Amino acid sequence: MDRILEVNDLHVHFSTYGGTVQAVRGVSFHLNRGETLAIVGESGCGKSVTSNAIMGLIPSPSGKIVNGSILFKGEDLTKFPEKKMRTIRGVDISMIFQDPMTALNPTLTIGTQLMEGLIQHKKVSAKEAEKRAIEMMELVGIPNPKERLKHYPHQFSGGMRQRIVIAIALICEPELLIADEPTTALDVTIQAQILELFGEIQEKTGVSIILITHDLGVVAKIADRIAVMYAGKIIETGTKRDIFYRPQHPYTKGLLHSVPRLDERGELEPIDGTPPDLFSPPIGCPFTARCPLAMEVCNKVYPATSSLSETHQVNCWLQDERAKQLLAAAASK
Amino acid sequence: MFRYILKRLLIALITLWIIVTITFVLMVSVPGSPFNSEQTSNEAIQANLEAHYNLDKPYHIQYLLYLKSIATLDLGPSIKQPSQTVNDLLGRGFPISFELGMVTIIVAVISGILLGILSALRHNGIIDYLAMGFAVLGISIPNFILATFLIQQLAVNLKIFPVATWSSPMHMVLPVIALATGPMAIIARLTRSSMLEVLTQDYIKMARAKGLSPWKITIKHALRNALMPVVTIMGTLLAGILTGTFVIEQIFAIPGMGKYFVESVNQRDYPVIMGTTVFYSAFLIFMLLLVDIAYGILDPRIKLHKKEGGEG
Amino acid sequence: MKQAEEVTKLSPANVPDEWFTFIEVDKTEAETVSRPSLSYWKDAWRRLRMNKMAMMGLVFLVLLTFMAIFGPMMTPYDVNVQDRPNQYQPPSAEHWFGTDNMGRDVFTRTWYGARISLFVGFVAAIIDVFIGIIWGGISGYKGGRTDNIMMRIIEILYGIPSLLVTILLLVVFGPSLFTIILALAITGWVGMARIVRGQVLQIKNYEFVQASKSYGAKSGRIIRKHLLPNTMGPIIVQMTLSIPTAIFAEAFLSFIGLGVQAPYASWGVMANDSLGAILSGNWWTLFFPAFFISFTMFAFNVLGDGLQDALDPRLRK
Repeated sequence: MDRILEVNDLHVHFSTYGGTVQAVRGVSFHLNRGETLAIVGESGCGKSVTSNAIMGLIPSPSGKIVNGSILFKGEDLTKFPEKKMRTIRGVDISMIFQDPMTALNPTLTIGTQLMEGLIQHKKVSAKEAEKRAIEMMELVGIPNPKERLKHYPHQFSGGMRQRIVIAIALICEPELLIADEPTTALDVTIQAQILELFGEIQEKTGVSIILITHDLGVVAKIADRIAVMYAGKIIETGTKRDIFYRPQHPYTKGLLHSVPRLDERGELEPIDGTPPDLFSPPIGCPFTARCPLAMEVCNKVYPATSSLSETHQVNCWLQDERAKQLLAAAASK
Repeated sequence: MFRYILKRLLIALITLWIIVTITFVLMVSVPGSPFNSEQTSNEAIQANLEAHYNLDKPYHIQYLLYLKSIATLDLGPSIKQPSQTVNDLLGRGFPISFELGMVTIIVAVISGILLGILSALRHNGIIDYLAMGFAVLGISIPNFILATFLIQQLAVNLKIFPVATWSSPMHMVLPVIALATGPMAIIARLTRSSMLEVLTQDYIKMARAKGLSPWKITIKHALRNALMPVVTIMGTLLAGILTGTFVIEQIFAIPGMGKYFVESVNQRDYPVIMGTTVFYSAFLIFMLLLVDIAYGILDPRIKLHKKEGGEG
Repeated sequence: MKQAEEVTKLSPANVPDEWFTFIEVDKTEAETVSRPSLSYWKDAWRRLRMNKMAMMGLVFLVLLTFMAIFGPMMTPYDVNVQDRPNQYQPPSAEHWFGTDNMGRDVFTRTWYGARISLFVGFVAAIIDVFIGIIWGGISGYKGGRTDNIMMRIIEILYGIPSLLVTILLLVVFGPSLFTIILALAITGWVGMARIVRGQVLQIKNYEFVQASKSYGAKSGRIIRKHLLPNTMGPIIVQMTLSIPTAIFAEAFLSFIGLGVQAPYASWGVMANDSLGAILSGNWWTLFFPAFFISFTMFAFNVLGDGLQDALDPRLRK
């Protein structure tokens, strides 16, 4: 399959007054053309940092990509100078932010904010840009687009604003769209509409999507594949079926149990504890301290990647034969 | 927008009325009469005064007639300077003070904003530290101290600029520096902090994600939002500059209204003090009104305050 | 640590079998934060101490206060006794800061000036805080119509050029320390009231306040126990920054001839007296009052900035 994006062994560090935070610690994944990959994890697990790294928006000089590569259509974005990155951002790769209430500039009309990227990158005339802006407004489902272009963000509701943000992200016809928690700040009913919109847009434009979220409910609706991230590492990847029906990592299982389900009347089980401090991340599996099946080895060595199928990979010591024996012995007791 | 202006106008008028009333109440409560013959120098002035302030009538009539004379822009005679009215003095002195004030505010705004932006864009760099150190000094040194220091160093010792008066652009340099440094420092600090705040906003990240150049992001997205707080303090700054002209004109012997005002304060020329206070208050309130309207134009959220666009 | 190093070298492929045993994990341990937690005030003090400029300001103000109390006792001279034959003496062993146009000792007068400036600054600031907290607190806490009316009044007062009205008051009632402070206090509290109201509005809706409301706690108690402690930070900052404003106003008024009268000597009066002296080269008569006004304002400003950074919960690291 055609890989539009491939991230290999990405490390991102931030230097703060308290020391160095290892926010992303060796993340690798890929994205096929036209597919939707969801990166799921708790806040602070490094998922937003990963998406910012792809955009080349790691705040400098505090943040730094210390290792790894980000191949976009075969070219390594980490090697691009800032000036070249600007010709990629908004044109080939676009981003949608979490809170539509703050993502739009309150003092500029949405028409201006829609068209400025297009005018900057595609050198189109104002008239053409307006025509395109109206098309985009129609695409994302905003009634009365011609008139609404002259309005300011505060004259729109939250859901409408997120539609506008999506329109802004799509106006230059990017090949990759990164959506960072696109529905978190919205009401539940609006969330569903926005998710449907993503599906429609992908169908119409063929754009590849990376969806960053902490909400497995969102993932279930639109993702093709899922990567579960914990403490700066991807601990399990697989197709939607793999993750939802055959989760392997205790953390993934924990996440699934803390999602309310309609078909099961069981109690919601939150995962106890908090993620480790990334100032000094543990050398073993970072989930050990919260894991119900922690072994001595988990504290000491980070597990290798085991493949359960071509699509399904997990990093967990429970995949080791010796652990399986231990489990079997415990079960028979 | 219209409603907004109307509301501001109403508040401005009430403020002005309160000030006029305060001046009146203070004047009638001066121990003894402020206009008695000991204070005045000759009988013609005394007659003028009695006619203008209707001293033979009861207080409430005096008050109403006082309001009327102010409404018709007649600020009354001077006690100390025969055949001079407050209007005459203002006519002579105010244009000069206005010129000094306007040049000062323009210098302060432009240099303050530039300094603030520079500091914010070079946050925690050397330029930032130097500029902010300079700004704290600027707000700490009173303008009359700075003025005397400038005269001593640049005019008396080095003889680069003339010591005093107001006749050529060279004469303007020192008074304007003395008067503009404080407001400039305030504007620079405010611009910097509000710029830093704006630069962390999501819409700036969004603009970066669009692939816009840093220059365009600063000018188009950050600056306009960052300058909103600066606009709101313009009224206070103007008031500070205006009272600053009192001392600066005195020190540099500039024949503006401020100099006349300080003289009349020292001579207890009550009608001039009252008249100038009312005039300057009206001027400042008018400026505040302009600032409010400017803010309404800059911030689209105010314009349509009442009829929210709502869900499309 | 040596063992840990060995462990990192182990690749997942060759871990020993005996490590495959379940271990008990203490979940509570995972929740404890590895960095020590400090109380709000302790943490604020720690961060203030790291701010060199703010600490310098604080030290200067402490020294200034000390000298304002004891400085005049260190010299044999009286603030106001004139000694014409000894006018314009440059700084010397007898007169550390020299003498002025009347032969008065500038050193002694400088510390008397410090008394006036600090007194005016603190008293005006305390009155500001007092009125500001009551006005802003009631306005923010009551909300609705009360808030609306109280805020309109503030908007109207905001338009009054305070220094002009102050001048008028001083002209009418005669310049004195009492009139100056009164005049400054009449308009000075408006900024404080706005800040307190903003804080109260924000905190009023916090859960812990809502909770005590639902227990039936009285308004007065809620304001005292919950709102005030949580609004202290911005109030302290505003107070620190309003002191130099009052000090400036006093110096300014003294300078245009409306300042405190003898037997008091203020820095503004001293600066005004020595205006002529700078042209004749007697720099010290102006230098000392000018230096101390500027440096005192500077000290309060940097201390205020430092407090602002230290007390801002958003900046806690």
